[in-house]
Amino acid sequence: MKKDEVPQDDANMLEGKFKVVKYALNENGEFEKVPSVGWEPENVALSQAWDVIHERVEAARQQVLKGDLSPLAYHMEKNMMDAALLAQHMDLPARKVKRHLEPAGFAELDQALLDRYADVLLVTVDELKQVPR
Amino acid sequence: MSQPVRVIPFDHQQSAHCETGVISNLMRFHGLPVSEPMAFGIGSGLFFSHMPFLKMNGIPVTSYRILPGWIFSRFTKRLGISIRRVTFRDPREAMDELDRVLAQGLPVGMLTSVFYLPYLPKAFRFHFNGHNIVVFGKEGDEYLVSDPVMDGPTRIHRSALIRARFAKGMPNIKGRMYYPTRVPTDADLRTAALKGLRRTARDMSTTPLPMFGSKGIGYLAGKLRHYERRLGEKDARLALGNLIRMQEEIGTGGAGFRFIFAAFLMEAAKLLNAPPLKEMALEMSRIGDQWRDLAYQAGRLCKGRAEAHITYDHLADKLADIGRQETAFFKQLHQFAKQL
Repeated sequence: MKKDEVPQDDANMLEGKFKVVKYALNENGEFEKVPSVGWEPENVALSQAWDVIHERVEAARQQVLKGDLSPLAYHMEKNMMDAALLAQHMDLPARKVKRHLEPAGFAELDQALLDRYADVLLVTVDELKQVPR
Repeated sequence: MSQPVRVIPFDHQQSAHCETGVISNLMRFHGLPVSEPMAFGIGSGLFFSHMPFLKMNGIPVTSYRILPGWIFSRFTKRLGISIRRVTFRDPREAMDELDRVLAQGLPVGMLTSVFYLPYLPKAFRFHFNGHNIVVFGKEGDEYLVSDPVMDGPTRIHRSALIRARFAKGMPNIKGRMYYPTRVPTDADLRTAALKGLRRTARDMSTTPLPMFGSKGIGYLAGKLRHYERRLGEKDARLALGNLIRMQEEIGTGGAGFRFIFAAFLMEAAKLLNAPPLKEMALEMSRIGDQWRDLAYQAGRLCKGRAEAHITYDHLADKLADIGRQETAFFKQLHQFAKQL
């Protein structure tokens, strides 16, 4: 890849925070680091990966609103976790976390566990108990 | 009582990849200047593997480099550098030890999860627990960070750094930190570069099993050909998108490390006084361009914007062709490196 071929397809993936560097051949036939704001295929692949995550979060939100799952399920998906990973962060057996994903199991949680879930999932306890409508 | 301010003069330079960037920045601090491509080459980072049995989020893992951490260990071994590596059970202990080493005036490398690094753009923050950064100072509750993929140093709050260092999952990083304890400034770069070069040529040419090395590219091509039939349109596109990300996303310097490797070959041509390596660097760069072309066409297909002739069969043909070229390339490199 030549220096002037380094793509600059900005889809705001980097939020203007910085540019990444690619290695490309300069005028002297040597490689140098060339800043890039992004490339179309990368942007496509990245937004595709996020679409999948957003779909999962939305599906969880709907199930919470229907009363099939507890709000914990929504916040877990928002943090891109599954029950196994959340269980590791909580230092709990996965089967307990799965129980808390059900509305009945969630209702039984004491304050200490609610605090820990909120901390792990980066929300307040109040936020943990609800989903956006 | 206010905490003592401690900032180590650390020259941050941006790099394409976190592991090689940390090596290059740390070595320069310790008086052994090596570029990122040289670090990548000496650590023989280039590889290819496609592992259908190893899945992340249900998608088979494709990798264009050796395992995380291996570049670092091969690099340090080949140059006789001593490193202290520690993990912790208790986050407070991990932070105390970090403060203690910083107080000695030593910058510290560590593993973090990108998900918990607030200074990174949101779009890149997945649960990936293998991101290397250097911490080189502390002011109040904030740590000064040299994140190799960024253009300048940044800061992170103590509580955020604790989360990033103790993220759970694959792998469980347990606050792993590392710093050189002895760097020979008269280290023999020539011998190390030659060893690195030979190892990469060998890894790519002679690793057994169909999924590893340059023949692994053809193996992936065989799988890719059937993606749409086997997985259905939606999942096939996801698998394709994943392939693009592994090849091009932050960290590879373009074309799945092929351009960084080409830059290494170019440097090695001078260092080893071996002009044919320069020709090979340009050849590697041309192969890299084909990887890019593949990603471009794959991106069109992902988006459903592809011209009619861009099908999975077409992409598979192209990938198989790249595989044949890399096989020939590394065989030649393997032979040539033996004579050096």
